[in-house]
Amino acid sequence: MDVLLLSRLQFAAATFFHFLFVPLTLGLSVLIAIMETIYVKTGDEDYLRAAKFWGKIFLVNFAVGVVTGITLEFQFGTNWSRYSRYVGDIFGSLLAIEATLAFFLESTFLAVWAFGWKRLSPKAHAACIWLVAIASNLSAVWILIANAWMQHPVGYVLRNGRAELDNFLAVVTQPFAWQIFFHTISGAYILAGFVVMGISAYHLLRKQHIEFFTKSFRMGLALALIFSFGELIQGHIHASEVAKLQPTKLAAMEALWETQTNAPQTLFHIPDEKNERNWLEIGKIPGLLSLLAYHDVNAEVKGLKAFPREDRPPVMPTFIAFRVMVALGFLFALLTLIGVFKRHKLVDSPLYLKVMLWSIPLPYIALQAGWMVTEVGRQPWIVYNVMRTRDAVSPLATSQVGISLAAFLVVYGILGVIAFSLMRRFAIAGPEPVPVRKREV
Amino acid sequence: MLGVIWFLLWGVLWAVYFMLDGSDLGLGTVMPALAKNDTERKLVYRSMGPFWDGNEVWLITAGGVTFAAFPATYAVLFSGLYTPLMLILFALILRGVTFAFRGKVDDPKWRQIWDLCLVLGSFLPALLFGVAFANLFKGLPIDGEGIYQGTLITLLNPYGIAGGLLFVSIFAMHGSLWLTTKTDGDLQERAGALAKKIWPVVLILAVIFLLATQRVTNLYDNYQANPVLFMIPLVAVFALLSTRFLMAMSAWWKAWISSALTITSTVLFGVVGLFPNLIPSSLDPKFSMTVTNSSSSPLTLKIMLAVALTFVPLVIAYQVWVHYLFKDKLADDEVAYEETH
Repeated sequence: MDVLLLSRLQFAAATFFHFLFVPLTLGLSVLIAIMETIYVKTGDEDYLRAAKFWGKIFLVNFAVGVVTGITLEFQFGTNWSRYSRYVGDIFGSLLAIEATLAFFLESTFLAVWAFGWKRLSPKAHAACIWLVAIASNLSAVWILIANAWMQHPVGYVLRNGRAELDNFLAVVTQPFAWQIFFHTISGAYILAGFVVMGISAYHLLRKQHIEFFTKSFRMGLALALIFSFGELIQGHIHASEVAKLQPTKLAAMEALWETQTNAPQTLFHIPDEKNERNWLEIGKIPGLLSLLAYHDVNAEVKGLKAFPREDRPPVMPTFIAFRVMVALGFLFALLTLIGVFKRHKLVDSPLYLKVMLWSIPLPYIALQAGWMVTEVGRQPWIVYNVMRTRDAVSPLATSQVGISLAAFLVVYGILGVIAFSLMRRFAIAGPEPVPVRKREV
Repeated sequence: MLGVIWFLLWGVLWAVYFMLDGSDLGLGTVMPALAKNDTERKLVYRSMGPFWDGNEVWLITAGGVTFAAFPATYAVLFSGLYTPLMLILFALILRGVTFAFRGKVDDPKWRQIWDLCLVLGSFLPALLFGVAFANLFKGLPIDGEGIYQGTLITLLNPYGIAGGLLFVSIFAMHGSLWLTTKTDGDLQERAGALAKKIWPVVLILAVIFLLATQRVTNLYDNYQANPVLFMIPLVAVFALLSTRFLMAMSAWWKAWISSALTITSTVLFGVVGLFPNLIPSSLDPKFSMTVTNSSSSPLTLKIMLAVALTFVPLVIAYQVWVHYLFKDKLADDEVAYEETH
């Protein structure tokens, strides 16, 4: 194995692990903020208990997200120094802005929220978790603007042997960046909704804390329902942007080899990368791919063969990940829709509750799959059509990266097990008993 | 001009990071010497609890600003110092999760493991940051391609180790002083006594370091060319002396501020001496990474400056507010209360 491959594996591992925790932070912070606001407005103690119960899970999850986030920032310098040098003018500034605008706010006020129950008025305390929610979502904005620039670089000139910023506004307002943001954030909210519903289902199945968890379940349901359906529409818009801006990615997502007009959508096929064709194509719907990608049944869709081999992304992982993500997306819409009809008789719907409990891992899988489509589908480029991944790697020794990768796998593996078992433990323990201790203001 | 402003801001960000998180790193390192039982250990954790994460963001920002304002320096520095940076990273990860995990399971063994992680996760970054910065002052063996021609051992030269020990000792004193401001009774007394014991060590190491700097580095060139700059090391020396004086008066908050000033001015002493280099090359001065050859485009620097001038004061304002909010000394019942939440 060479430094390039090891560095790619290390970046993939670090991002995968970080992204196991971040989406829950994004969605759950909003839910907790809403819960605490309802408590402040109505005085309903159940919502205060809910904010505290979900807050415990949130704090563990947040901590792992924070500590693994530093790795990502450092890694651009440690492992991708040629990339950092070439695009730091643009990419680096977006990361620095993210830290200044979002990380400070997020970290500082989460601490105030966690330690300030007795020191702040209920209103001010609720304001803290809103700041955390806003800040973490804001940090997603900046990091995804940065990622979008790698997918579709705009607002730059090649000068002085590097990419230099030419139009900041173009970088932060490009529609593709906001498509990526809405797509990712919707996924994160779906995940938070499903985690809340799943844990609530666990208790409802055991007929404990029924009122408490019915409230939580419904809040999770509302969030997941809105964003599951939103994601179906938005995902379609997003994919048609990909078709325009990253044709190689779209071709890999669909395993489309030949360029064709009236391109069909194949329901089931298996790509054969070596021979540049598909095995076993079942259920071709003529023109559907053209229609989906360009809103015109006769539009031409570029196939992989239209691009030199060295410019194509790995087809199999992109293709499978895309299908997994889309299939799960439809499943989420279906499950939340069923939830709408079951919402008044949750306790009497054990089968549905069981399904929801066992569905907790699914949005995690969907998010990771989506991330794979984005990142693997961008290959062989680190900045699409501007810089190749292989030209971006640091001049390091294989042993250095080999050892650090092994260390990441061990340390992250242990942390992951601990974090998820702590969250599981808190989830199973349930909320603190009523009445809560009177708070002194 | 923009480059110069950013060079200074770059130095200030690192200085602020060390001033703030230096407390946490130092206190984490000396915790076993200060806390005798679990209640006291909880107080130690609790004294850092609301602050350490906000402090660490200054590191993320310092790193981000290196990336944004001096991308070539960021690339050379972070890839060149790959192994020490990875060690710092793992250490900071362990320290960070310790705060989140330790109190969650009521089992002495569990807590022992995390206490060990806190000590390691605090000591290692303190040491390695010191080693790294001392080597930066001295110059790194970087070639014309910006490739680091050395190993981890290269960094462990006497001057580098002196820098590491200086950081560890000054942070240990700084962290002990932090605990004195948050506690009273036995624990406060022990922390104050430890700070007093560490002070002469800091003094000796600081003298050694300053003298060695004269022999090993070119930092003093800027000072000789511009004697008014000698103010900076003078402030450092004065602040270190006044720290001892304030400790003797048991003026703990003031002593902490004074030691914070020592740290900031020491870091700035080095950074100002470096100028216009960010990384002097020990192989050939023309390979050095400088403000001119490694900075971002003027447009990027301008936008970043606007962002920094708008938001950094805001950050300072709300972080000061947090210090005000949690200014009280910790009471046992409060720690017990928070354990359950």
